[in-house]
Amino acid sequence: MTDATQDQHAPPNSDDAPVTASKVAKPVRALVAEAVTINCPAQELYAFWRETANLARVMENIQSIVTIDDKRSRWTVKAPAGREVSWESVITHDMPGREITWQSAEGADIANSGRIEFVEAGARGTVVRATIAYDPPGGAIGQFIAKLFQREPRIQARRELRRFKQIMETGEIATSARNRRIAQEQAGD
Amino acid sequence: MKAITWHGKHDVRCDTVDDPEILNPRDAIVRVTSTAICGSDLHLYDGFIPSMKAGDILGHEFMGEVVEVGAASTLKKGQRVVVPFTIACGSCYHCGKHQFSACENGNPADNQDIGREGYGYPMSGLFGYSHMTGGYDGGQAEYVRVPFSDVGPLVIPDDSIEDDKVLFLSDILPTGWMGAENAQIEPGDTVAVWGCGPVGLFAVQSAFLMGAERVIAIDHFPHRLELAKKFGAEVINFEESKVYEALWDMTAGIGPDASIDCVGLEAHGAFADNVIDQIKVSTFMGTDRAHAIRQVILATRKGGRVSMPAVYGGFVDKFPLGALMEKGLTLKTGQTHVQHYLKPLYTAIAEGKIDSTFLISHRMALEDGPTGYRKFHDEQNTYTKIVLKPGMQRSPLAA
Repeated sequence: MTDATQDQHAPPNSDDAPVTASKVAKPVRALVAEAVTINCPAQELYAFWRETANLARVMENIQSIVTIDDKRSRWTVKAPAGREVSWESVITHDMPGREITWQSAEGADIANSGRIEFVEAGARGTVVRATIAYDPPGGAIGQFIAKLFQREPRIQARRELRRFKQIMETGEIATSARNRRIAQEQAGD
Repeated sequence: MKAITWHGKHDVRCDTVDDPEILNPRDAIVRVTSTAICGSDLHLYDGFIPSMKAGDILGHEFMGEVVEVGAASTLKKGQRVVVPFTIACGSCYHCGKHQFSACENGNPADNQDIGREGYGYPMSGLFGYSHMTGGYDGGQAEYVRVPFSDVGPLVIPDDSIEDDKVLFLSDILPTGWMGAENAQIEPGDTVAVWGCGPVGLFAVQSAFLMGAERVIAIDHFPHRLELAKKFGAEVINFEESKVYEALWDMTAGIGPDASIDCVGLEAHGAFADNVIDQIKVSTFMGTDRAHAIRQVILATRKGGRVSMPAVYGGFVDKFPLGALMEKGLTLKTGQTHVQHYLKPLYTAIAEGKIDSTFLISHRMALEDGPTGYRKFHDEQNTYTKIVLKPGMQRSPLAA
């Protein structure tokens, strides 16, 4: 499993558009890239993201993220029939206030790697760019995971970054639920 | 609690549903004392809005008493508040520019996908107006959960000012005002206003306050034209007169300096694939109304300004792009940035500069809401504006 940051396929495009907007590039691995602009200093955004357990608030389908040590965390995702899927994630590169790179440890149900960058954007705040690469897994549980990650991976990543933006800009995640019961029903969808 | 709920085309009911609860720190719960039916609610009533679900609570014009607050709300229990129909966070880039209806955080993350697909970028959340704008419960209910209560609602400090006077700060007064502001009126201007519904009538008043010398109001309901006249407008009844010819003659061949379209099209929120059929129906059904913006562009003078507070959602056929370009018109539009206008317009009401109650024709109990929708839809000449009052005695006639 190579690092996502080394897995950028040189776009055959002659223009300045990112590879994700390319009509001609053909990625060999599943690759998701999405960006959002957040009206907060880069350091604050980095600090939230560096506290890995925080990400459970932002991400979909996560049952738990348990911090093992400063670099490692265990991610658990709910699977059908009461099962769960789990992997260990390791921070491979850490540039405070600027960038975090991670990779799943050996034996992960779904081998994945990613990078999140924080780039100062003046009066607009900070541009946050997430790139996630993963190998489509095999087996029955692999198929479930593939569905989880691949059904609409960009839409999922976009929603996650929107929630991150909401927490950082407003202190909460917007919901249109009327009460706790309805909120729980929506979360179970 | 009791609430007015949508169940399908021309099927609006008063249901008993669960009460709202505080879910986020910035929330407040408001006990509704007055809530109005908006002309744009009729688009929901007519079934033109995609992403509505059976049981959705309607209403986006409401006010009431704060009965519960979250830890980060700045409101206090017992305060009287008017709530803007736009749900905006107050801290994102767009809120910083006072473009509150473009707030990036007011719409829940999952609901933003629809607006992104349809319009390129998602809009703010709105109360009671489909799931594209958040799926939030509306204000035609006994209680409402109000998100971002520290930046949205306006506290009405003066108990002697009755609800009816300030209720329309929630939508139609700022909408009419912003419509006039977008027309960039200069002293001495002649301003034409298409549509004398509540927004059009507030636009007429606003245009005069902004220095218009003449306002020409266009509609076909005699009672609504009478109301426009009351504020000093000259009127054109399009069933009796040809609008373009009338404007040509009334302005001696110059045309209105600025025009405000307060009519709109029954085709909101039409976005690709899943609603393509609805778009077809809407554009067909809405032909006469699309006619309004075409006529506006044709009739406005060279170098003039066109303001379009009217709601459009999808695609319009045979749009006179040539006339827009060749005459060098300026077109400004958008959902109202309500929060931006609350305080100055409240002051204008308190000082008696704006008459905010003239258009209320009927007051009803909340339970009579379904009757209200039917009357507002079928009898527009007499039912200019309905205010629902939770707790009010029901009318034996409306039952």
